[in-house]
Amino acid sequence: MNQLEEIAKDIRKTIFKIAYHAGGGHMASAFSMTDIVVTLYFGNILKYDAKNPEWEERDRFILSKGHACYALYAVLAKTGYFEETEILNICKPGSVFGGHPKMHDIPGVEASTGALGHGLSFSIGMALAHKLDQKKNHFYVMLGDGECQEGSIWEGALSAPTLELDNLTVIIDHNKLQAMDKLENIVHMKPFVEKWKAFGWNVIEINGHDFKEIEAALRERKEKVPTVIVANTIKGKGISFMEEVPIWHYRMPNEEELSIVMKELGITREELNIK
Amino acid sequence: MRTAYLNTLYELAKTDKRVYALISDNGAIVYDKYRRDLSSQYLNLGISEENMLGVAAGMANCGKIPFAYTIGAFLAYRALEFIRNDICLQNTNVKIIGTGAGMVYSMLGPTHHSTEDLGCIRSLPNLVILSPASPLEVTKATKAAYLYSGPVYIRLGTNKEQEIYKEDYDFEIGKGVQLCEGEDITIIGTGNILVDVIKAKELLEEEGISVRVVNIHTIKPLDVGLIEKAIKETKAIITIEDHDIIGGLGSAVSEVIAESGIGIKFRRLGLNNIFAKGYGTYTQMKENNGLGIETICNTVKELIN
Repeated sequence: MNQLEEIAKDIRKTIFKIAYHAGGGHMASAFSMTDIVVTLYFGNILKYDAKNPEWEERDRFILSKGHACYALYAVLAKTGYFEETEILNICKPGSVFGGHPKMHDIPGVEASTGALGHGLSFSIGMALAHKLDQKKNHFYVMLGDGECQEGSIWEGALSAPTLELDNLTVIIDHNKLQAMDKLENIVHMKPFVEKWKAFGWNVIEINGHDFKEIEAALRERKEKVPTVIVANTIKGKGISFMEEVPIWHYRMPNEEELSIVMKELGITREELNIK
Repeated sequence: MRTAYLNTLYELAKTDKRVYALISDNGAIVYDKYRRDLSSQYLNLGISEENMLGVAAGMANCGKIPFAYTIGAFLAYRALEFIRNDICLQNTNVKIIGTGAGMVYSMLGPTHHSTEDLGCIRSLPNLVILSPASPLEVTKATKAAYLYSGPVYIRLGTNKEQEIYKEDYDFEIGKGVQLCEGEDITIIGTGNILVDVIKAKELLEEEGISVRVVNIHTIKPLDVGLIEKAIKETKAIITIEDHDIIGGLGSAVSEVIAESGIGIKFRRLGLNNIFAKGYGTYTQMKENNGLGIETICNTVKELIN
């Protein structure tokens, strides 16, 4: 197991612990994008300084699919923006951590997201502001594939190539599931990759759980053209009974399922405060 | 108003490179001078209001001061969630400029009327809402919005408004302007309808009715003190706005009256929860939708008798 794989395993554990302490949340969506966010933060790709969240030279990661924030919280804790123990009071009075991320309140969170279809335009604005000032910072924004049903995503998809934003990389967590069912049974997005190509993006399609492919894609740039990574992923990745099962979009395990989760992720009863 | 706004923006952008004019393919020739001289601070983001406001929020988050301009109806209705989440919730320093206040695009019909924009955005936390009454006030409001750090919506008319101020005055966000003293009744107005209020006041004075006129150029934060003064010092209050009577100035003032603990005769003039009827000149539209000068005068007389 390589280092990123080990970190990802650890992050999935934390994601579950957060969900367990919150009493709910979108953990399958968080598991789906874990390997990508881990590579971004721990694969020497994103420039950041956890001790100086406002560092001007930093790159930025914007989680447009804000409901998957448990993965972001877990990663930010591991990088040192805050302690993991601080998150575990999540969704309780006095905590800054909630079911969707809020900037200003949580160090390292670059946008307040939750309503879908907002992160792309917001990121375009930030990338544009930096490009106008000839700064070198890079902007990564994570969208859900279901989120791409929002019209505003396609306004942004038209806008970024027009503005020649080669400092912007969109990552699409293409797990092919949305809240109620498979995308193809609700509003199919086919041909998904070709759509982005037709809109003028540098499109890379990868296996979103292959660390080498993720790393190479995150490093790719094309002059004057924004890049989009269509990452084929498995929703609920890491927990056998959650993988690709729509109902796990928002649900907590029962007693029996909990013991499977603990076994598969290697979580102890103590870690969940179960006596 | 539009010219006053653009001239002010031009001056601000010339001296401060953080200022950007963002448009959503609306403004045609009015932006010509700005585009010619300040092309690097000008962005036409196309017919995509949601994207424009999201981009504006992102730019503001990185130190720019974007003035995002298009017809108010397309901002307050179509892009409301972008105003709420990207601009107000994140408290980004975006200036949202909505043109065509009320029924001023009288020939274009209700899709282009901003007659419920205040109702849509007035409850949004962190948002300052300015509704200037004349070209001079637009200039002052634009400068004040620039100096204020945080989200501001400016409700602009079009380009034909008369000046209501005869001399210079102090403009302060959140402070209304008492345009004249009066004892029988106070008419509280906002935006370019104040021109009509001043005319109505002159006609009423000929009949011996003393009218106080108050200009509320800031819908939020509201000048509660000035309204309470009118409650205490005059016998009745009328609000008037080129907007629906629900959600705008009339609602805001009635909230102050209700909480003041003082009973006073009160009437809201505006669109009576309808989409504006018909077409015509702006004056005809006001007359045909309960906002004509005659209606103002009759309402005053009804209320004080």
